[in-house]
Amino acid sequence: MTNTELIWRLAGGSGDGMDSTGQAFEKALMRMGLHVFCHRHYPSRIRGGHTYFEVRAGPEEVKSRGDGYNFLLALGDSFARNPRENQPAYYGEEELKPLSENLDDLREGGVIVYDEGMLDDDDLAELELEERAEEEGWHVYPLNLREIAREHGREIMRNTAGVGATAALLGMDTEPVEQLMSDRMSDDILESNLTVLETAYEQVAEMDFTHDLGIPEPSEAGGDKGEGEDKDQVLMGGSHAVAYGALDAGCRFISGYPMTPWTDVFTIMSQNLPEFGGVAEQVEDEIAAASLAIGASHTGVKAMSGSSGGGFALMSEPLGLAEMTETPIVLIEAMRAGPSTGMPTKPEQGDLEHVLYTSQGDSNRVVFAPSTVEECYEQTRDAFHIAYEYQIPTIVVVDQKLTGEITNIRESLFDREPDADPGSVLSEEEIAEAAHHESGIFNRFQHDPEGEMGERGVSPRSVPGQKGGRFLATGNEHTPQGHIEEDPANRVFQMDRRMRKLEAIREELDEAEPAHQTAYGPEDAEYGIMTWGSQQGTVEEAVDRLNANGHSVKAFGVSDLMPYPKKEVTDFLESVEECLVVEMNASAQFRGLTQKELGRFGERLSSLLKYNGNPFEPAEITEGFEIQMNGGEGAPSTGTRIEPAVGD
Amino acid sequence: MSKSAFSAIGEEAELGRDDFTPGIEPQATWCPGCGDFGVLKALKQAMPEVGLTPDEVLLVTGIGCSGKLNSYFDSYGYHSIHGRSLPIARAAKLANPGLSVIAAGGDGDGYGIGGNHFVHTARENHDMTYIVFNNEIFGLTKGQTSPTSPKGHKSKTQPQGSAKDPVRPLSLALTSGASYIARTAAVNPRQAGEILTEAIEHDGFAHIDFLTQCPTWNKDAKQYVPYIDVQDSDDYDFDIHDRREAAEMMHETENVLHDGTVLTGRFYVEEDRHSYGQEKVSQGQMPDDPLAERYFDADYEWERSADELVAKHR
Repeated sequence: MTNTELIWRLAGGSGDGMDSTGQAFEKALMRMGLHVFCHRHYPSRIRGGHTYFEVRAGPEEVKSRGDGYNFLLALGDSFARNPRENQPAYYGEEELKPLSENLDDLREGGVIVYDEGMLDDDDLAELELEERAEEEGWHVYPLNLREIAREHGREIMRNTAGVGATAALLGMDTEPVEQLMSDRMSDDILESNLTVLETAYEQVAEMDFTHDLGIPEPSEAGGDKGEGEDKDQVLMGGSHAVAYGALDAGCRFISGYPMTPWTDVFTIMSQNLPEFGGVAEQVEDEIAAASLAIGASHTGVKAMSGSSGGGFALMSEPLGLAEMTETPIVLIEAMRAGPSTGMPTKPEQGDLEHVLYTSQGDSNRVVFAPSTVEECYEQTRDAFHIAYEYQIPTIVVVDQKLTGEITNIRESLFDREPDADPGSVLSEEEIAEAAHHESGIFNRFQHDPEGEMGERGVSPRSVPGQKGGRFLATGNEHTPQGHIEEDPANRVFQMDRRMRKLEAIREELDEAEPAHQTAYGPEDAEYGIMTWGSQQGTVEEAVDRLNANGHSVKAFGVSDLMPYPKKEVTDFLESVEECLVVEMNASAQFRGLTQKELGRFGERLSSLLKYNGNPFEPAEITEGFEIQMNGGEGAPSTGTRIEPAVGD
Repeated sequence: MSKSAFSAIGEEAELGRDDFTPGIEPQATWCPGCGDFGVLKALKQAMPEVGLTPDEVLLVTGIGCSGKLNSYFDSYGYHSIHGRSLPIARAAKLANPGLSVIAAGGDGDGYGIGGNHFVHTARENHDMTYIVFNNEIFGLTKGQTSPTSPKGHKSKTQPQGSAKDPVRPLSLALTSGASYIARTAAVNPRQAGEILTEAIEHDGFAHIDFLTQCPTWNKDAKQYVPYIDVQDSDDYDFDIHDRREAAEMMHETENVLHDGTVLTGRFYVEEDRHSYGQEKVSQGQMPDDPLAERYFDADYEWERSADELVAKHR
């Protein structure tokens, strides 16, 4: 076992503080100079049930959760236990789950720490832990964390005891952990936690270790962490990055309704908007949520809403209204596994077609799917810029993997000017100069064919309350003043003008800095792997491994789903012999989109699909690639499926 | 703050009702004898009374015959989708409280498909006026039974007659939390104009159930005559500031409508309750200055995540 990589899994019951303990530990590792990345697994359940928080740490940039893990801290599940002494658990064997459910993914030679205060000998016999440990070369350290916590503080502090034990076993300095505790706690609580941490550490430090896994050494010039301003790192997940991107784009209005996993973005915005002088509205349903964003934006405020699959379905009709009335809004779609209620806490990329095409009529929207936490920030900013400049709804698609994926990013990313420009809105002075109907009504929906805005299909916009700017916005087809009109020539003129905006947006996005599409790997590689959104990092890790094993592979990650980056994708696909398309859904939606947009390459595109509720691991992608290279011979691991090329 | 980017708001002007007739569609195309003409007339009548100009009014409508209102009324207009005028309107008011915001729709729009928004907009008590064109029928789709059609109402979609009791619009508004509730009728233009004026001046959510006869698919004007103004009649004595008395009066009003007794007037007024915007401002959840102004203020120093939020992620 090497010390270049630690994948630490903290397992326990929902509601037992797994998430906060996991995040604090992850942050401590970051402060030690390591690159970190987390994966959260939790059930759609309020209390109890099997949950874990996994942190992968190493000296170089960490792009995915990795394959399996090498350190298990199994804490038991306080909810599964019957509070009356010596009585059986309420939910069968759940108390065992932090151990039993996690053994399959633990790598050979891995370390197990479990809380013997939570389990008895019968439990362990049933698990055949000893036999399995011998077979797999695991190093097992039973510790009575519950007792340490009770003796020196309160039982709830067994998480702290577990972190102390982890530190001792890994030879890790506890100073960063203690520092984080003092940031978050005070007085008696802090004192007790520090004592619990220290006691557990010392008790374990005296034991004889059989493992040689230790804390990885931070690299002096590791990744992009070593030098200049980028050495300052912050720990952040996709939801925070989306919210901060919105705030820095001048968004000061959000309306929403809770739904997992979108709730995170909504919560962060709601907590911060009052401080930023903005307004957050929790409303009766998602139809209202999208409609309020439209109302606020129509009135001149940069506004957003969002939801997850089912709630986003309710936004279909207001979304179409925003397209027809050319009201800029930004919507977030935080996907989860569907159909219907599906698996609320599990990631999937099954809403691609839903997001692209939902609502009646021809789609006239912009859709971005950022692939990393940094891109969540960048592309949410871009979404506001495009929406307000071109008067068009823009959707940012993320998934539960990306929203919950907490990793280290450079702090300097945020140090730049905010972009609160309301886009193509006229001032009263400009309105006075602009074209009006003879009745005095403003020509809101007529571009100047000579002007720069007109070439892009963008018409001048006024805001209620501006003198001389009044017009009618309507979901019906309409005249330049917004009055209802079904004249064929006017219809075609207005449709063409609205659709023309997408071409102009594509041109602007092709010049976007940083680029929305990500090319990775050797330029002259023979084979390609293409993906979209949140799988990019895992694909990149797989590409590195494949090339190290003698293959010739490069990757292309797509963020722009509408308008589709035809030229870039065509260039990529023309440069490879074959391409594997990796996505988390069952019907190869992104491959279908690519074939529809390009009208070719059908013979070259096969799919690797996963839709069992867990994101890809790099080894699943390398395996899928090797099977594909092998002419489709061989079966992929459980959980993934290969879909051969279908032709044009 | 520098000078307002919205100079129409609060501007003094001597206007008459004709100043609210748009030059594009000056003549409404509702059926002859339609009660919707009465709403349009009352609205134009109220505008000079409350001293508003077309550029400081936002009229948000839904879908249906009523949705044509802003084609024939000159102001900023938003003809939205079926049932959704209220969420659009209330956000506009939060974005720029200086605007005078009026929402309008039919009984299907407001009490059927948009019922959820009606309940919640009323409970939040947004400072706006909501006019429901109540013709007890779906008119634009050619005469189907609506949420306010009486029990037993026969139509192509209810051939055996509706088995449902109608929605009680006034009682629903009261229970939900509206702070001004009235019913008027197109056949009574004087009262309609007065009630609309009061409703627009009211600082909170004002709901007007406006009886608009539909001579094509339902009743003609004669069936709303005679109407009784409950404030003018000696037969009805209740305190419009008393929730309990108002509730009883509303219940009776809704009961007798389909027996041919048309009771109209003010049913409930609550003057001292904060509007939603005032409540949000007083709780520090909304800025004092209109949010919409900020985007036109070149000197405004925009808050940044880098200054306020990112440090806690270190």
